[in-house]
Amino acid sequence: MPSSVRMTVNGKAVSGTVEPRTLLVQFLREHLGLTGTHVGCDTSQCGACVVHVDGVSVKSCTMLAVQAEGAKVTTIEGLANGGLHPMQAAFHEHHGLQCGFCTPGMIMSAIDLVKHNSDPSEQEIREWLEGNICRCTGYHNIVKSIKAGAAAMRGATK
Amino acid sequence: MSETGIGAAVRRKEDFRFLTGQGTYTDDINRPGQLHAVILRSPHAHAAIRGIDTAAAAAAAGVVAVFTAKDMAADGVGGLPCGWQIHSKDGSPMIEPPHPALATDRVRHVGDPVAVVIAETKAQAREAAELIAVDYQPLPAVASAAEAQKPGAPQLFDAAPGNLCFDWHLGDKAQADAAFARAAHVAKLDIVNNRLIPNAMEPRAAIGEYDKATGEYTLYTTSQNPHVIRLLMGAFVLHIPEHKLRVVAPDVGGGFGSKIYHYAEEAIVTWAAGKVRRPVKWTADRSESFMSDAHGRDHATHAELALDKDGKFLGLKVSTIANMGGYLSTFAPAIPTYLYATLLAGTYTTPVIYCEVKAVFTNTVPVDAYRGAGRPEATYILERLVDTAAREMRIDPAELRRRNFIPKDAYPYQTPVALQYDSGDYFTTLDKALAAADYAGFARRRDEAARRGKLRGIGLATYIEACGIAPSAVAGSLGARAGLYEAAEIRVHPTGSVTVFTGSHSHGQGHETTFAQLVADRLGIPIENVEVSHGDTDKIPFGMGTYGSRSLAVGGSAIVKALDKVVAKGRKIAAHLLEAAEADIQFKDGKYVVEGTDRAKSFGEVALTAYVPHNYPIEELEPGLDESAFYDPKNFTFPSGAHVAEVEIDRDTGIVELVNFTACDDFGRIINPLIVEGQVHGGLVQGIGQALLENCVYDPEGQLLTGSYMDYCMPRASDVPSFAVSTNTTLCTHNPLGVKGCGEAGAIGAPAAVMNAVLDALSPLGIRHLDMPASPERVWRAIQQHSLAQAAE
Repeated sequence: MPSSVRMTVNGKAVSGTVEPRTLLVQFLREHLGLTGTHVGCDTSQCGACVVHVDGVSVKSCTMLAVQAEGAKVTTIEGLANGGLHPMQAAFHEHHGLQCGFCTPGMIMSAIDLVKHNSDPSEQEIREWLEGNICRCTGYHNIVKSIKAGAAAMRGATK
Repeated sequence: MSETGIGAAVRRKEDFRFLTGQGTYTDDINRPGQLHAVILRSPHAHAAIRGIDTAAAAAAAGVVAVFTAKDMAADGVGGLPCGWQIHSKDGSPMIEPPHPALATDRVRHVGDPVAVVIAETKAQAREAAELIAVDYQPLPAVASAAEAQKPGAPQLFDAAPGNLCFDWHLGDKAQADAAFARAAHVAKLDIVNNRLIPNAMEPRAAIGEYDKATGEYTLYTTSQNPHVIRLLMGAFVLHIPEHKLRVVAPDVGGGFGSKIYHYAEEAIVTWAAGKVRRPVKWTADRSESFMSDAHGRDHATHAELALDKDGKFLGLKVSTIANMGGYLSTFAPAIPTYLYATLLAGTYTTPVIYCEVKAVFTNTVPVDAYRGAGRPEATYILERLVDTAAREMRIDPAELRRRNFIPKDAYPYQTPVALQYDSGDYFTTLDKALAAADYAGFARRRDEAARRGKLRGIGLATYIEACGIAPSAVAGSLGARAGLYEAAEIRVHPTGSVTVFTGSHSHGQGHETTFAQLVADRLGIPIENVEVSHGDTDKIPFGMGTYGSRSLAVGGSAIVKALDKVVAKGRKIAAHLLEAAEADIQFKDGKYVVEGTDRAKSFGEVALTAYVPHNYPIEELEPGLDESAFYDPKNFTFPSGAHVAEVEIDRDTGIVELVNFTACDDFGRIINPLIVEGQVHGGLVQGIGQALLENCVYDPEGQLLTGSYMDYCMPRASDVPSFAVSTNTTLCTHNPLGVKGCGEAGAIGAPAAVMNAVLDALSPLGIRHLDMPASPERVWRAIQQHSLAQAAE
């Protein structure tokens, strides 16, 4: 039985008719065409699908679209209007990405970290990334990027 | 050096689309009228197929078609070809069994494709696939190559008695035996190189499309080498001529070797698109990736190193059983042979080396090249042996290596295993790594750790790598069924901007930046005016793709050759415009200058003249400024390095903490140090993953026990430290850039360095050997066993 679902994605009101089993990530990718959110596994381990739901980082493969009814969802496409969010800019500056596949999830996760902890240590960053796997960078430059991104976000909010 | 020229840490041009979610990976592409394919895979490691009933699936909601091997056979579809032929010791060719895209009468590993369902939605295809009734007769299975060799083992192919694919060797056994007879000491190891699953973060995907109007097929696929796929799939599997087949590898989310090969799913969706006359898309679930992407490594080896009383290496003997899996993947036979045994000289002057390799079929996923491909296996054996010898002979491991390094003035250096190294300086590289790691201060750190109850160890590894397999003629004589050159086209546009078409493929390596730097530097134009295009057989003249750290050394050299042609043609045009002799014109900093004068034409003016040839030597010169080149290297390149790992082990839990990792590498000339360092970091963590975390496990019946991220331990951010990496440069002597390649280095040096450190930490307990991964359980068991043994004494 298809269900209708409404939510706000990247500031825009959206709606759709989905099967109840439709995952939030499928709704974003297949119904809304927001393909920046990726699917890298089927056991909720890799974190390529992390988005923000009502301001909190969520693996969008682990949430049904209907559970996001009425929620405010932000995806990688909605972080900055045409430019780069300070965290995106930091990943660019510090070469925190290679193939780019895990990158949207990493960035969404990193921004949520900084909301919790505005000045995370290297160890805190590494532990926070427990749910995000990268196979290209060896994490070295991701950690560097997040440190710099956090500093830039602190600067931006002062 | 300019801010964007050769040697500058230019931030990547490709980043913006990836950072903002605008990359285009294969699964992001949706074609009009697209259907979805789901592959039904074997749950058995080994079984006969007595029948397949697809009626219920075909009648299910949304299903457009269900195909099995019979349908493909009826269309004359061929099997997946193998691209490298090895000959056994006795001269006979390897056993090359058929590898059908969909299994015919037998399945040979868990995950072997059996049928495909094509439906309006993926969910419908998935549900219908569950309605297919396959009548399997399970057969005894074998997963271990050593077991598969034994008498009475289950047999995979009638044509391969004893499951033997080939029995190959390199070197002179009699000479090796003679060297061992003179030895003062022989170090011996029985050693396993654990099977790994590559796990690029983007699962494989493919979309086949058929154009009814033109009869042309298009395949979008997650490939490292679209032209190779076009050739293999077109010529051998589907019999589609190249001019009717376009293969596009758009943004690809990592490869590490696993996306080199021609896979069944590519052929299935392309063929099926022609059958159903609509685009067909397949995207792997991660669990499918685990059981269908080619795996890596899986060697079991006995190795012996003979030394004289001073620790000088006299000879090396290596005997390896290599697991090939249930079929031969595209380049599988080359990995445990010419990319392995030829590397066993390493950085040393070992005068005699003998290596024999038995390649064996088992009921497992096919094994092929994975980051390093043969070279990590060779390095691991050699460096573990060197440390074993050092410990047994009570010589410092760094000193033992120095006593055996190839001298700085010995290049070109001919090894006893076919390769000729062109350049290197292993002494300085090791010294730099040891200084950066504070090797001299280790004893103090070990004592400090001991006071905290921790066992601390330090380990080193030096390595040599052979990158950019070449030349084509030599590779061909060794069994390659392909050329190993690269192609490039430089298209200069009328207003002087440039598009570079390269046969290399970037799936994270940053070619769009590195190649643009190279072109901007050579032509003296802003880097913003250079666009790099790759991954589409309709755009690129030809290409062999990206693997074996070849892109800059081979692909970059092809670009340089094409640039040279552009500059040369531009010189003729400039000579005409400047009314000067061609010989008097110099090209420098983006300008053609009449030597000794201030008369000049900019590159842009020359480009415009080439396309608006009003004042032009039209009788002698064609208009336009567009050149292409193929580059076939004269030799491999030989990057090298020294890696130092330092670990602390908790005696109570067996947990190994990597506390420090230092690498010094020689990659030849470096175009973009930022990108190179990133490549090293990534390679290191794959190597560290192999040493401490990752292990593909099959049970004795061939069931894959590590089929998800819940079971296969991928390195996470908290498993590794930040790294201290540096370089020590000697130039490659035979390519125009002097570059060597950096993509695989980390994965080659790290496993041996980490395991040497682990064994150094455990040596006070009398533990001499552990196989990878040094998981907490294995380390804990070893500590318990040795503690009990010591207590009993």
